[in-house]
Amino acid sequence: MQIPLWPEAASAVAVDIDHLYIYLTLVSVVMSLLIFAVIFVFAIKYRRRGDEVPQPIHGSLRLEIGWSIVPFLVMLTFFWWGAKIYFLNAVPPPDAIDVYSVGKQWMWKIQYPGGQREINELHVPTGRPVKVTLASEDVIHSFFIPALRIKHDVVPGHYDTMWFTADKPGRYHLFCAEYCGTEHSGMVGWVTVMTPADYQNWLAGGGSSGTMAQQGERLFEQLGCSGCHLLDRQGRGPMLRGVYGSRVQLAGGQPVPADDAYIRESILNPNAKLVTGYRPNVMPSFQGQITEEGILQLVVYIKSLAIGNAPGAPAASAQPAILARPATVARRSTQPDGGKQ
Amino acid sequence: MSTALQEPQTTETVNYLNAEYGWKSWLFTTDHKRIAVLYLISISVMFALGGVFAMLIRLELLTPQGDLVNSDTYNKIFTMHGVTMIFFFLIPSIPATFGNFLVPMMIGAKDLAFPRINLLSWYIYIVGALFALAAIVMGGVDTGWTFYTPFSTTYSNTFVITAAVGVFIAGFSSILTGLNFIVTVHKMRAPGMTWGRLPLFVWANYATALIQVLGTPVVAITLALVGLERAFHIGIFDPAIGGDPILFQHMFWFYSHPAVYIMILPGMGVISELVTCFSRKGIFGYSFIAGSSLGIAIIGFLVWGHHMFVTGMSMYAGLYFSFLTMVVAVPSAIKVFNWTATMFRGSISYETPMLYAFGFIGLFTIGGLTGLFLGTLGMDVHLTDTYFVVAHFHYVMVGGMVLAYLGALHFWWPKITGKMYPDGWGKFSALLVFVGFNLTFFPQFILGYLGQPRRYHAYAPEFQVLNVMSTAGASVLGLGFLIPLIYLLWSLRYGKDAGNNPWGAKGLEWTTQSPPTTFNFDVTPIVTEEAYAYAKHEEAHVG
Repeated sequence: MQIPLWPEAASAVAVDIDHLYIYLTLVSVVMSLLIFAVIFVFAIKYRRRGDEVPQPIHGSLRLEIGWSIVPFLVMLTFFWWGAKIYFLNAVPPPDAIDVYSVGKQWMWKIQYPGGQREINELHVPTGRPVKVTLASEDVIHSFFIPALRIKHDVVPGHYDTMWFTADKPGRYHLFCAEYCGTEHSGMVGWVTVMTPADYQNWLAGGGSSGTMAQQGERLFEQLGCSGCHLLDRQGRGPMLRGVYGSRVQLAGGQPVPADDAYIRESILNPNAKLVTGYRPNVMPSFQGQITEEGILQLVVYIKSLAIGNAPGAPAASAQPAILARPATVARRSTQPDGGKQ
Repeated sequence: MSTALQEPQTTETVNYLNAEYGWKSWLFTTDHKRIAVLYLISISVMFALGGVFAMLIRLELLTPQGDLVNSDTYNKIFTMHGVTMIFFFLIPSIPATFGNFLVPMMIGAKDLAFPRINLLSWYIYIVGALFALAAIVMGGVDTGWTFYTPFSTTYSNTFVITAAVGVFIAGFSSILTGLNFIVTVHKMRAPGMTWGRLPLFVWANYATALIQVLGTPVVAITLALVGLERAFHIGIFDPAIGGDPILFQHMFWFYSHPAVYIMILPGMGVISELVTCFSRKGIFGYSFIAGSSLGIAIIGFLVWGHHMFVTGMSMYAGLYFSFLTMVVAVPSAIKVFNWTATMFRGSISYETPMLYAFGFIGLFTIGGLTGLFLGTLGMDVHLTDTYFVVAHFHYVMVGGMVLAYLGALHFWWPKITGKMYPDGWGKFSALLVFVGFNLTFFPQFILGYLGQPRRYHAYAPEFQVLNVMSTAGASVLGLGFLIPLIYLLWSLRYGKDAGNNPWGAKGLEWTTQSPPTTFNFDVTPIVTEEAYAYAKHEEAHVG
């Protein structure tokens, strides 16, 4: 039976992290072996032979400084290299494909902008950055893909994001890495990395109930949002066209960016960040009346109302992600002139 | 063994063990040495319990399927392994037993500053342990020893509050022990026992006591808040009722990272004693070893965020915590280098305690270095919450702390009991512990890098070979822990009389009889030399 020693690497970042790991391991092995060898030699060479009482050596400031500074400098290389990788991979590139994942005891629900939905399966193409927006319906989970050497906690009450660019087609483990209760070890799935052509075929095969934005639009009607948030003029609530990606002026005075987290909070806790000119306690909270998946659909719908997107259709049509680049379009067109709204 | 046939011939001298008889003389004692023995028995029971849970974990993980117990049971087993081992064994281990026994003797005092509070702290520990045991007997807890919210406050259907109350109560025992040590070291030192002459074991326990007093209240508050949210739905940590789960992690790790140093610092103190004694040579770099204990105690409070790099914490906070994690490694490295330098031109012998000291230095070095992997930002993203973390902290906690504890037990056993154990068996079991430990935990580093998450009841089939190795190692390790239990108990009745100073060690505790009298010293000693002055007044070997 073969003992596995090295995990598969399915992205360039995974290879970078492997290099860092090899460096850390080599330095650690050299440092440990040095210490062990010295102790071993001392233990043999200075073994007790009789009643000799060696003279003490009280210390040496120069040695103390040396063996404090040299290891610290070595550790700073760990710090610097690790921080570099961490920072380079912190912010998703603007042209990333969006995928949405909701963790729930004990499964991963995945939604694509095109409306496809899966459980414990994630399909992504090679060569394109993929941004996963993570939400939790209950406790903390952690979205972990060892072959990509990344994980991110999925914290209830927050949106978290992580991103990657896979470059090697194959099927890779998806694990929940934060203990979440009974079936924690069953909260596992597969990430399928496909060539762009295969991915297009796969996308075309699913999504019978419309795009995520269309699903969000239906929810928008069902929950009665559309009664107050009119599309083309001001209702009792703010008009939502063009809001996504802009900076919203709050009643308190400060502007906040209208991003995924802001929209989620405004649905669940409308009084938290009140837009200037609107009264509190007009909009009811939808806490407990809508699933995290539903909220994500609403977010995608509202995103689709950003300037430059046609309502209902845009963020991801049936031929979505790759060609339409929804997030990019939305952001590039709204942000520069968002302030003028 | 020939010694087994000899009945001890000595006439019994009066000592702390035979000064009084009867259970009352133990349960109402204020003698720090008797309280240390009470603690020794209590934490040994908890260690055995935690060990049984560990063996169940390893048995379940022999196969990838979750087939020995069901998932809920498995989750309870690893939770209770963590809770008993951390809060009821590791945290009290060395301070409450050897610290209690030795700190007064090492500084030439008759007892701790507050003997009754010392007894109280043992009773508090027992009450806390009873709550933890009650939680286990009633049906267990399944939150993991970290009690992460909102799982612990809203979703778990187990006896979270009972267990949390146990940990909460045991915390006060820890605080009182720390308080007692601080006052004792400040006020009770014998004439001539200046700060610069304190044995390094005392320095280590002093630094530990500072963390106990300053850190433990925070975990007590945190667990109280968990209890409040769970019982009364006051929204503190659960976002569904207005709380923030990440707040819990900040509060929990603000204590629980320094708590790692509560667990390891006293072990480092033990190693300083062992290395000097078995090299028969003064310590190299006394002030650096003493100062590094304080350095660890202080900087240890500033690194808690390195447990949270993938929670969505600010990148800049990550930078700060990663940097300080590198800084806090320096004092530990200083200790390792100074111990090594102490052996230079020493007169090194290899009795059982010294084997444990060698083991400690090797395994702690690996544990410390792999801690740097986890403190390195980009690396931690892959490694956190995998078996790499499990391997790392067992290298520090078992490879480091438990080996130091066993080293201490074998070193001071003759002083505590007056009896000598068979050194051959001691060496044999030390070897078993070392081999078994590495076989258990080294494969887990590889498993972690491969991506096996921790706390998994069932795992992917390709991880099986390494898990089987780990379980095999755990059996050897378990045997290595069992053998000392047998020969140490055996030595109580059949062991040779140890004499006052079987190792030819320096330190005031070795100038007393074995076992010591109730008040340690007939005449308060006057200290005229620095610690570990082996070259000046070498004493004749006894026994």
